[in-house]
Amino acid sequence: MTTLTHLDRLEAESIHILREVAASMQNPVMMYSIGKDSSVLLHLARKAFHPGPIPFPLLHVDTTWKFREMIAFRDALKDDPNIDLLVHINEEGVEQGVGPFSHGSAVHTDIMKTQSLKQALTKYKFDAAIGGARRDEEKSRAKERIFSFRSAQHRWDPKNQRPELWSLYNARIKPGESVRVFPISNWTELDIWQYIYQENIDIVPLYFADERPVVERDGIMVMVDDDRLPLEPGEKPEMKKVRFRTLGCYPLTGAVESEASSITEIIEEMLRTTTSEREGRAIDKDAPASMEMKKQEGYF
Amino acid sequence: MDGYAAPDFANIEEYLDSQLKKSLLRFITCGSVDDGKSTLIGRLLYESKMIFDDQLASLKNESKKFGTQGEEIDFALLVDGLAAEREQGITIDVAYRFFSTDRRKFIVADTPGHEQYTRNMATGASTADLAIVMIDARKGVLTQTRRHSFIVSLLGIRNVVLCINKMDLVGYDRDVFDEIEADYRDFASDFGFEHIQAIPVSALAGDNVVTSSENTLWYDGPPLMEYLDTVEIASDAQEQPFRMPVQWVNRPNLDFRGFAGQVVSGTIKPGDGVRSLPSGKTSKVARVVTMGNDLDEAVEGQSVTLTLEDEIDISRGDVICADKSPAEVSDQFQTTMIWMSDSPMLPGRSYVMKIGARECQMQVTEQRHRIDVNTRAHEAAKTLGLNEIGVVNVALDREVAFDPYDINRRMGGFIVIDRMTNETVGLGLINFALRRASNIHRQSLDVGKDLRASMKGQKPVMLWFTGLSGAGKSTVANLVEKRLAAMGKHTYTLDGDNVRHGLNNDLGFTDADRVENIRRVGEVAKLMLDAGLIVLVSFISPFRAERRIVRQMVEDGEFWEVFVDVPLDVAESRDVKGLYKKARAGEIKNFTGIDSPYEAPTDPEMHIDADKMAPEEAAELIISRLEQAGLIGG
Ligand SMILES: Nc1nc2c(ncn2[C@@H]2O[C@H](COP(=O)(O)OP(=O)(O)OP(=O)(O)O)[C@@H](O)[C@H]2O)c(=O)[nH]1
Ligand SMILES: [Mg+2]
Repeated sequence: MTTLTHLDRLEAESIHILREVAASMQNPVMMYSIGKDSSVLLHLARKAFHPGPIPFPLLHVDTTWKFREMIAFRDALKDDPNIDLLVHINEEGVEQGVGPFSHGSAVHTDIMKTQSLKQALTKYKFDAAIGGARRDEEKSRAKERIFSFRSAQHRWDPKNQRPELWSLYNARIKPGESVRVFPISNWTELDIWQYIYQENIDIVPLYFADERPVVERDGIMVMVDDDRLPLEPGEKPEMKKVRFRTLGCYPLTGAVESEASSITEIIEEMLRTTTSEREGRAIDKDAPASMEMKKQEGYF
Repeated sequence: MDGYAAPDFANIEEYLDSQLKKSLLRFITCGSVDDGKSTLIGRLLYESKMIFDDQLASLKNESKKFGTQGEEIDFALLVDGLAAEREQGITIDVAYRFFSTDRRKFIVADTPGHEQYTRNMATGASTADLAIVMIDARKGVLTQTRRHSFIVSLLGIRNVVLCINKMDLVGYDRDVFDEIEADYRDFASDFGFEHIQAIPVSALAGDNVVTSSENTLWYDGPPLMEYLDTVEIASDAQEQPFRMPVQWVNRPNLDFRGFAGQVVSGTIKPGDGVRSLPSGKTSKVARVVTMGNDLDEAVEGQSVTLTLEDEIDISRGDVICADKSPAEVSDQFQTTMIWMSDSPMLPGRSYVMKIGARECQMQVTEQRHRIDVNTRAHEAAKTLGLNEIGVVNVALDREVAFDPYDINRRMGGFIVIDRMTNETVGLGLINFALRRASNIHRQSLDVGKDLRASMKGQKPVMLWFTGLSGAGKSTVANLVEKRLAAMGKHTYTLDGDNVRHGLNNDLGFTDADRVENIRRVGEVAKLMLDAGLIVLVSFISPFRAERRIVRQMVEDGEFWEVFVDVPLDVAESRDVKGLYKKARAGEIKNFTGIDSPYEAPTDPEMHIDADKMAPEEAAELIISRLEQAGLIGG
């Protein structure tokens, strides 16, 4: 008798979900954020449709403030014949010069990420957006369905979610409405790393510790990834051995000092850590329910 | 994210290895509102060091702001993640949380106790292996405890932990505990639970949550965490016959045609014989494909792609089964449903059923009864309202492969979707097929009367309404047809108006023409039976011989003579079309009842006393007779 491990079961569940989206939606897209969860999601999508190509495009919503190494990693995918990669930038935002320093993190995230995402979904008429969010990330995510319904205005109504029984997903929507689908809802951060280790999945090198130039602000270590980061008087980038637990816009993503330069070392470090993954993200801290509010407005 | 207990390991590889051997247990907490479910889960996460420093800091802050425990930590806030939940201090929707021990990984769904959100509780329960039923020691077993336990039992959960909570508020009194436990065991005795473990706890203070409590020395069982860590959950899913609903046909090029899906029971190897349902076509497995390498065997739970040795037509929604022990196939079922919408379930209305990877149209043909969640008594009711549970017969527009829910959850559970709003309005469990399809073992089939009829979810029958002019034949036939249509049946009515003016407009009222008239109507009706329709014929047809001719044209049991009987004087007094008057005046010749005889049926299938019965009652009677005869619905 073959015994499935816990990871085997999670993988099989995710593949089942990916196939359901592909089969039941008209025009799905997979959100590709370049982070480790996206790498896992992409790997799962390849597995789900092997030996065929992935039957939906990937979409990266580029805020123009991502780490350069992330963009290089993303662009390498363009050569893959099994993948159709779309990149969307909110050009209005770019024209207005929106950025985290000029407009603050909240405005920047709203315009360059949330609004930009909605623009792209509307532009391409996607009726399903597959995302790599996990329930263990944040308390309002823990409440979300796997097939999560969005109104024509892209809004999430957390108090009125469709019941989701067994693995039967209700994918029926009216024109203009859409669903967000979260195939790795039931994975934890540790599961993700174990899976990356087991399957030898390629991830952005920023997850591994290396000497990088950083400045410290409000207790958060920010990497000086390019010359757009305005240095305050007397502030001088210092080379430190750091890595990132999550990846986003570089000015909004905190680095941690670390020696972990392999997946096993990352896992080892993670097991000893006493703070959560999102602590390095400026965006979640504004208000207790901030993630829920952003999600209601259309953020992933 | 949830944290991880500091590991104890010699090296990381060894640790990862041990992680991979862990089994997975999914459980829920359920019970009445405020019994302490969320507090318990928060406590479990906290005590097992699953909460990070930054999360604990913000929990302390929020406890002061929203908490129900004054300056103390309110553990429920760890789980009640929606703003509305924190403000109101209740759980609205399921929270999925994760933690692990040295032996197991756990996915816990904390469900709401409030009756209004029962559907969210069912959502959590549908994927659980075990249920923690919480009871407030001060309150004992409540209606909502019963409702949740009933749903837990219906959904097939066989392991229950009865957490009798808030023991701190009853002075850790053993008698209170014993009494509630006895009460619960009594009430749940026929729920099919294999094991009920009762544990006295205080979610707030932590008694018997992770470690045995000093306050309950009289309790010699394990604390909750230890129990969860060691309880054996029996699963025979791999030993069951092979089933895989096809989600996706993978055809990247002309040389590859694979059927992708998740194995929901059994195992499969190259060379194994398989049968695709509902078509019944057979073949052998050629390859079990996954990325990287082909498998020698796939087992329950795995998502794979199968290729077959023969080119057979299989599409999304079909189920590939073990050749020798295939699933059943039918389009009519007795089911148990839990209704989850504010708009009540309406018999006759068309819904969408999703079962496996298939969506089809579904009609409720009959509600057998509603079940009182307190007493489990069967109540007569025609509809189901929000959170009500009932036994309901349904008919589909096509055949589907299934196994009864209590044999195979993934093959017998379905959801009901409203066609207008697209909301998920109900969940259902197939109990059994009302009509077993004849084609389970057929290789391929010709399109014939049986197939056409079963595609319509009905049996063809001809209802031949005979009686005097003005007896009410058309009125009753019309009502019957409406009722049938509302049940999703496919019907057609033939009467003087649509036949005499078209097909038979060359015929008069001579004896020869009368016979020819009836012959043609009989032949047309027969073709319609062959098309699988329910045909309603409404003709005076005064002569027994004519009616006998038609009866002999069709198969036994297909001809139903419905005698719509009123005394002549009643019919004449109604005289809707003024025909009797004209006949009496001699303006119409050979008028039945006046100058031509009406030969009443001697042994009709149905005899309607139309002068003593309203047309609605007559229609009702006919429908129920058709049902009894198994021709429609159940
Ligand atoms: N004294 C005492 N209070 C408790 C205990 N467990 C929970 N409570 C309190 O009971 C109240 C309700 O607790 P919750 O955990 O929110 O209850 P719940 O069962 O999750 O409620 P719903 O999810 O809304 O159905 C809170 O004020 C808790 O602090 C306990 O063991 N002892
Ligand atoms: Mg609760």
